[in-house]
Amino acid sequence: MLKALSILPDKCTGCMQCELACSYEHEGVFNPARSRIRVFHFHDEARYVPYTCTQCAEAWCQTACPVEAIQVNPATGAKEVLDNLCVGCKVCTIACPFGTVNYNQATGKVIKCDLCGGDPACARYCPTGAITYVDADLTAYERMRTWAARTDTQAQATA
Amino acid sequence: MRYLIAGAGPAGVVAAETLRRHDHSATIRLFCGEQEPVYSRMAIPYLLSNKIDERGTWLREPGHFETLAVDLVHQRVETVEPDHHTVVLSDGRRETYDRMLIATGARPVSPPVPGLDQPGVHHCWTLADARAIAARARPGSRVVLMGAGFIGCIILEALVLRGVRLTVLEAEDRMVPRMLDATAGAMLRSWCEAKGVAIHTDTRVQAVEPMGAEALAVHCEQGTVFPADLLVVATGVAPNLDPVRNGSGATLRTGRGLQVDSRQQTSAPDVYAAGDVCEAADWYTGEGAVYAIQPVAVEQGRIAALNMCGRPARYAGALPMNVLDTLGLVTVSFGHWSGVAGGDSVRQSDPEHHRYLRLEFDPQGRLVGAIAVGLPGHVGVLRGLIQSGAPLGPWQARLKQAPGRIAEAYVARVAGGG
Repeated sequence: MLKALSILPDKCTGCMQCELACSYEHEGVFNPARSRIRVFHFHDEARYVPYTCTQCAEAWCQTACPVEAIQVNPATGAKEVLDNLCVGCKVCTIACPFGTVNYNQATGKVIKCDLCGGDPACARYCPTGAITYVDADLTAYERMRTWAARTDTQAQATA
Repeated sequence: MRYLIAGAGPAGVVAAETLRRHDHSATIRLFCGEQEPVYSRMAIPYLLSNKIDERGTWLREPGHFETLAVDLVHQRVETVEPDHHTVVLSDGRRETYDRMLIATGARPVSPPVPGLDQPGVHHCWTLADARAIAARARPGSRVVLMGAGFIGCIILEALVLRGVRLTVLEAEDRMVPRMLDATAGAMLRSWCEAKGVAIHTDTRVQAVEPMGAEALAVHCEQGTVFPADLLVVATGVAPNLDPVRNGSGATLRTGRGLQVDSRQQTSAPDVYAAGDVCEAADWYTGEGAVYAIQPVAVEQGRIAALNMCGRPARYAGALPMNVLDTLGLVTVSFGHWSGVAGGDSVRQSDPEHHRYLRLEFDPQGRLVGAIAVGLPGHVGVLRGLIQSGAPLGPWQARLKQAPGRIAEAYVARVAGGG
């Protein structure tokens, strides 16, 4: 059974541990600006929403890539960027309607959530259980998938 | 079932893969008109800047099509004959089909300027073009780039990185006029000029003549003459309609491109089209449009293939979107960035730091278009906000105050977070 990130905004306290953990895991620095997960603060409603790639089935980033540089890791189901193939054209950054693929000027490549190879640091360091890594068919994940459907130009396709 | 696919660009390749996924026993023949491995034109600028080698431009790994049992045939489809369910190939042979896809892409167009057919003048469209340009664009070479549109600007960066002395001539009043408004175009121009590129807008080339043994003289209407070792012509592309124009008998309906319905079917039974060749409905107006961009091509290829193998699927319409990195300045545009009737808009401009964000709303309070210069990230949410058609509600007023809050608006209104 593939696992997926489950994100429950109601449990998020805005502590930003996930952003720091992600940044350190991937970039070796504690810099939220280089995190692949982002916590949005809705001050008006005193609400925090962690947000990252849902590894959606549609995978706009993957199909839009002109050089096959985004591929599925069969062990985790994550869509991963292969740095040796990415040319930095950024088409995936505009094709992903979730805005979760970003360009890294320093490397000239794009970056996105790769589920840390099966042990996501954001979930590991979340102190409240707002981010967990669970079996992929749990409801929270399904809800995230429905976000995808609302943006899906191919929603009426049968496959 | 026997499927033929004319054209091995992204639309044709995705269609072949989709057909195979849903039909394990069909014959699938993919025709590639160039004597090259199946490659990506979009990767050519990165080949020119030596970021990748030719292998890095390949769309798929070697052996991919054999593994899928897709016959990759290096023949051009010259003519489609819908009356007979046949095609004529470049070697003169005929093949039959049960269903076929026309994915013959686009080709560069040249303005009616005398002298564009001589040595030293090249489009930048094929791998062969890229090799010819690489041979002439050496450090210190004088290169004139005709056209500062989307393709021109991508090549612009590659040429600068090759160390040439570059002059850019654009007939319209700004750079990338199909993608950027005057403000964004001016920012891009000042950015390029600061990097040492000479940009001339409102400048039409009148004639190109040989100058000495190797060089060219590029004459402009204003009387200016630019000497050049290489002239690169990037004045736009147009659908490659040859296969439907060469034949006799039933003709397929064309406008600016090969017209298709929401199932990507042409006016003839069993003939579908996808990618740069076709004219499909715009996602907002429903009117026929040719956007010639990779995300649209691959989505159309997939939708066409699903319908071809009996799985009804509809394309919700083409959304224009482009991203350009010109010597480090990233510009993007989505949808109807020049606005729609009765709509509302907000613009935030910081020319000194080359930052700009323009958002356009329709009368129903939905985002319908955007331009961003130097936007730091999460740029894809602009597509999400536009294509979901989500009413912005209170977020329209918030975005008018602070347009940079687009990612928050997306999470709040589309992703159900706020």
